[in-house]
Amino acid sequence: MLLTIEINEQQVSAKRGETILTVLNRIGVKVPTLCYLSSLSPTGACRMCVVEVEGLPHLVPACSHQVEEWMQIHTHSPRVLKARKNIVELLLANHPDDCLYCDRNGTCELQGLSEELQIRERKYISRQKPVQIDKACPSIQRDPAKCVLCGRCSRVCKEIIGVAAIDSVGRGSNTRIGTSYNRGLNFNACVKCGQCIIACPTGALTERKSLPQVIEALGDPGLYPVVQFSPTVPAAIAEEFGLKSNKDILNLLRYALKRIGFRQSFDISLASDINLTEEAAIFLERLQGNKNLPMFTSCCPAWVRYIDIFHPQFSPKLSPVKSPQQIMGTLIKKYITSSAGIKPEKVFVVSVMPCTAKKAEAEYDSEGIRPVDAVITVRELVRLIGLLGIDFDKLEPEPNDTAFNMSSSSGRLFGISGGHLEGLMRSINFLSTGQDLNPGKINELRGLKPRKEAKIRINKIPLNVIAVSGLANAIELMDEIENGRDNIHIVEVMACVNGCINGGGMKIGSDEKNLKARMKALYDADEEEMVKVAHKNPVLTELYEKFLSKPNSPGNQEILWKGNSKSQEL
Amino acid sequence: MPTQDLTDIRTFLTEKVIKNYSGIFDKPTTDRLAVIRHEKVSRPVIYIGTGTCGVISGALSTLERVQKYVSENNLKADIIEVGCNGFCSAEPLLDVQLPGKTRLCFRNVTEDRAEDVLNSVFHHTLQNDLTLGQYKQPGLEEWPNVPMLEQIPWFNLQTRHILKNAGIISPVSIEEYIAGGGYKSLYKTVLNYPADKICEIIEQSELKGRAGGGFPTGRKWKIALDTAGDQKYMICNADESDPGAFMDRAIIESDPHRIIEGLSIAAYAIGASQAIIFVRSDYENSLNILETAIRQAKEYGLLGEDIFGSGFNLSISVRQGAGAFVCGEETALISSLEGQRGLPRSKPPYPAEKGIWGHPTVINNVETLANIPGILENGPAWFKAMGTKSSKGTKLFSLAGKAVNTGFIEVPMGITFSSIINNIAGGVKDGKALKAVQLGGPSGVCIPPADLDTPLDFEALSGIGAKLGSGGLIILDEKTCMVNLAKYFIDFLQNESCGKCIPCREGTKKMLDILEGITRRPKEETTHETLERFKGVVQLESLANVICDTSLCGLGQNAPNPVLSSLKWFREEFEEHIFDRRCAAGVCHDLRTFYIDVEHCNGCNICQKKCPENAIVGSPKMPHFIIESKCTGCGICFDVCKFSAIYFK
Repeated sequence: MLLTIEINEQQVSAKRGETILTVLNRIGVKVPTLCYLSSLSPTGACRMCVVEVEGLPHLVPACSHQVEEWMQIHTHSPRVLKARKNIVELLLANHPDDCLYCDRNGTCELQGLSEELQIRERKYISRQKPVQIDKACPSIQRDPAKCVLCGRCSRVCKEIIGVAAIDSVGRGSNTRIGTSYNRGLNFNACVKCGQCIIACPTGALTERKSLPQVIEALGDPGLYPVVQFSPTVPAAIAEEFGLKSNKDILNLLRYALKRIGFRQSFDISLASDINLTEEAAIFLERLQGNKNLPMFTSCCPAWVRYIDIFHPQFSPKLSPVKSPQQIMGTLIKKYITSSAGIKPEKVFVVSVMPCTAKKAEAEYDSEGIRPVDAVITVRELVRLIGLLGIDFDKLEPEPNDTAFNMSSSSGRLFGISGGHLEGLMRSINFLSTGQDLNPGKINELRGLKPRKEAKIRINKIPLNVIAVSGLANAIELMDEIENGRDNIHIVEVMACVNGCINGGGMKIGSDEKNLKARMKALYDADEEEMVKVAHKNPVLTELYEKFLSKPNSPGNQEILWKGNSKSQEL
Repeated sequence: MPTQDLTDIRTFLTEKVIKNYSGIFDKPTTDRLAVIRHEKVSRPVIYIGTGTCGVISGALSTLERVQKYVSENNLKADIIEVGCNGFCSAEPLLDVQLPGKTRLCFRNVTEDRAEDVLNSVFHHTLQNDLTLGQYKQPGLEEWPNVPMLEQIPWFNLQTRHILKNAGIISPVSIEEYIAGGGYKSLYKTVLNYPADKICEIIEQSELKGRAGGGFPTGRKWKIALDTAGDQKYMICNADESDPGAFMDRAIIESDPHRIIEGLSIAAYAIGASQAIIFVRSDYENSLNILETAIRQAKEYGLLGEDIFGSGFNLSISVRQGAGAFVCGEETALISSLEGQRGLPRSKPPYPAEKGIWGHPTVINNVETLANIPGILENGPAWFKAMGTKSSKGTKLFSLAGKAVNTGFIEVPMGITFSSIINNIAGGVKDGKALKAVQLGGPSGVCIPPADLDTPLDFEALSGIGAKLGSGGLIILDEKTCMVNLAKYFIDFLQNESCGKCIPCREGTKKMLDILEGITRRPKEETTHETLERFKGVVQLESLANVICDTSLCGLGQNAPNPVLSSLKWFREEFEEHIFDRRCAAGVCHDLRTFYIDVEHCNGCNICQKKCPENAIVGSPKMPHFIIESKCTGCGICFDVCKFSAIYFK
């Protein structure tokens, strides 16, 4: 139902039930927000978006107040501006003045608000209590001093991820975002997905930096630094440096990595192919024995940790195969470089990932020679490129320098929710029929949807498969399964909504346009690639002959299965 | 009582009393009711007020002493524990009723005075200074030379409807409540009226919420009734947390069935089958009493399935609040009940449309609900006849602070504050002058004596910038420092802020910082500390206005009230603190400068020994001196001096 309201003396029509903010955004009137995120329920906590509504005694928050017929709204009246400015001044009173040294310098929303409202002096002076930075977790670091208590992190954690590892504790000015029993982030239910970092407007939540370690390794003449990257990285880098999509981004990236000082660079997709080959064989075995179905994919470490903590009864259903990152690290150290005569302990493997959970995954899989020595996020790579003064405009694409960069497009699809499953269906079909799945492109599993279900007939057997992203959505599915839903064969879960293209290590402030571009890059690569099934990757044939045993065999279990990783602190 | 008797009395009270629609009883019924109500006693009855205020004053020891007295003297007497009649400063209250004679009330009967009092009654001498008065009981012999209780100053201006039974009946006796006319309104309601009619009656009575907001109760119910929903909830808010307010506790402890009846009627009116009483967990006594009362009501069939065969079902549960002040705010209360952190939510949607777990929910406070049975019993016109144009009925207040008499009272709307203070409260203690009256809890305002002739009325109060609030009334004497008081309330509020919205969380803290700056001893008057102090003062008022304007819930919106009202009426006191660095009342310790009067100092040396700062010098037997630059103003010397030689400015 349409109704008429007046905004800044202009008549505007609005729908009943809409919030004032929705209407303002539509007509292009910008009011500042802080605690508001379109994907979360509005709480009206920060009061930045307050507007004046004639007839109401107090200012009202645009984000959570619904429009009413003939409301007369003033969005930038002197009263409103004074209030907004005062609120930011209050926040700044407790905020450390260390913008120059802050991880979010330049991308901080508080900085932006302060500039927007033209705050030029510290109006209130208060003594700050010293607070300890929480560095317990290998993935995420919390600096409570910089927290403005907008609650975005805790709402993401609760509403999108469904874990609620952090929440407000204490009252009044002693309120803070805390962990259970006030212990470090590593000692609670946190799955380390890093979505809280993306949600944080300030530098209160950041990834644990591995960059110093990487820089040191790059300068160590005794080491042989190599890099492996997730298939989502090229598109993210292109976006960050404004590269045109017609450029050979993958090879430009390779060149940049070489300039940084990495001796070799690998696309992790090769390991994804191995993962698919193994999983296809394991699934067929499970299907035959009707055991541990539905099979859950295990490429997302946040999801694996979620199962460990919340649903240990489901862990036999997880695919036992290690994630592509860990497989690739193993492959590099134990086969690729050692074949070239380099000792594994000299090899320093760096992963570039759109993910923070991968940092913990690498950290905890460190028995003997650890497969991956350091994991950096896309954000960290961008900084490294900046630090080393690499100008993409002047770079020439670096041709593929090693055979081990061959991968099928299935492997690359791992970057988006549904992609792993799509590749897996192709492999299962190929393994059971010796033929390509037709059509190879499974439209039901594509696109930006939280849950995608498909029915696929393979070798005359109809299989129900589901790809779900955003842990909270997975939790709903888990409940269905616990309540007796038993017609599913494979479930792919990605902790972040839409998968790795929206990972916790990606650019802060990504919007839907960015997501769509990253998705398109992966789907386009699938279109262009000749080898669409993991099993057809010629490098795999070599690897299975020379290094691995046949898929799903005891020999491979030792190298490719999870099991010996250190248990994560609880 | 034997089981047979119990069933018998239950049947009698249900069938013959509650269900007697006319209210006219035959002689045997009237007689039996008088016995149940203890109006007609065959042997002496001793009543002791064992509400929380009584217990604090030593009522349990008095009770023990009385029990001992009765057994030692082989008396055949009943001892009944009752709640408080409101006169808390007179606790422990002890009433005695002898057969054929009117009931007597004695004040401050501590353990050591119990025997005196009882002797004086049983020997009919009444020679003691503790007699408060006698009850008006037509048909019984009056005690000579004893004033009627209703005529003594504490009671004579009160109109007691909600407090009708307070301190008179046993709170855990449903029989006494029914015998006094209780649960009749519920019976009338569920059998005779459709739900919307009840909403209409309450709306006609013009009853407004008593928790502070003053929203018309009937209208609130109607909104919830008209909102579609298969499950609705009725909640009684007994999370009373204002410092100096204890009306809710008093009603629960003295007449719990009145609340249960009011709550049941309200639940019926909005179409709810679930009701919750949210009580703060520190009210242990109230919790026990409510549990007992609910159990009794269930046994009488007044709660549960198909009440009075009307098809109306209701179950009431009691839930404990963890003691956060903000949980008295209705949306925070809902969050707390849902098991969430007790944080307020943005309104609209109002709870009446979307409340607990998304269901339509009405939240009324204890006093509001306690009004309901009376309105249904006597009709809306009766209720409307009391009070003023904009405010009807009576209002409970808890009187605290520097008054001669303190406790809780029920007065008709429209009465002036000055008559409450001068007559009921008996004026200011120790003959001091009245400085102000603090009204409405921590986020209330301080009214100066000049405005005390304002009638008790929602409109008149907002005319002078005050709010009725929940009913806390604190009397402040001349020795009160208004800056310190404002600081106390701001400190309370900033501690109790839930921390959700920025203006309340950060703003109240900054206000506290500024007030602390004003009352703190300056370390160095020449540094920028002085500048900051002045800067803070300039900001105080504008910051207060922004907090009012932008905070999420009522707590924040009203949080600056104590500062704003003090600034309005007692500005010169703030200025004195800021510019002269002086606290006239001598309350702000840091601002005191101590001197030694050489005339009185005999050089006893004690102050010098006790001074933690070594700020006092002097030889024994010679007058001492204070080194001003070393003195921190702690006042220890002042306290230890036996010769009143130390004074401060």
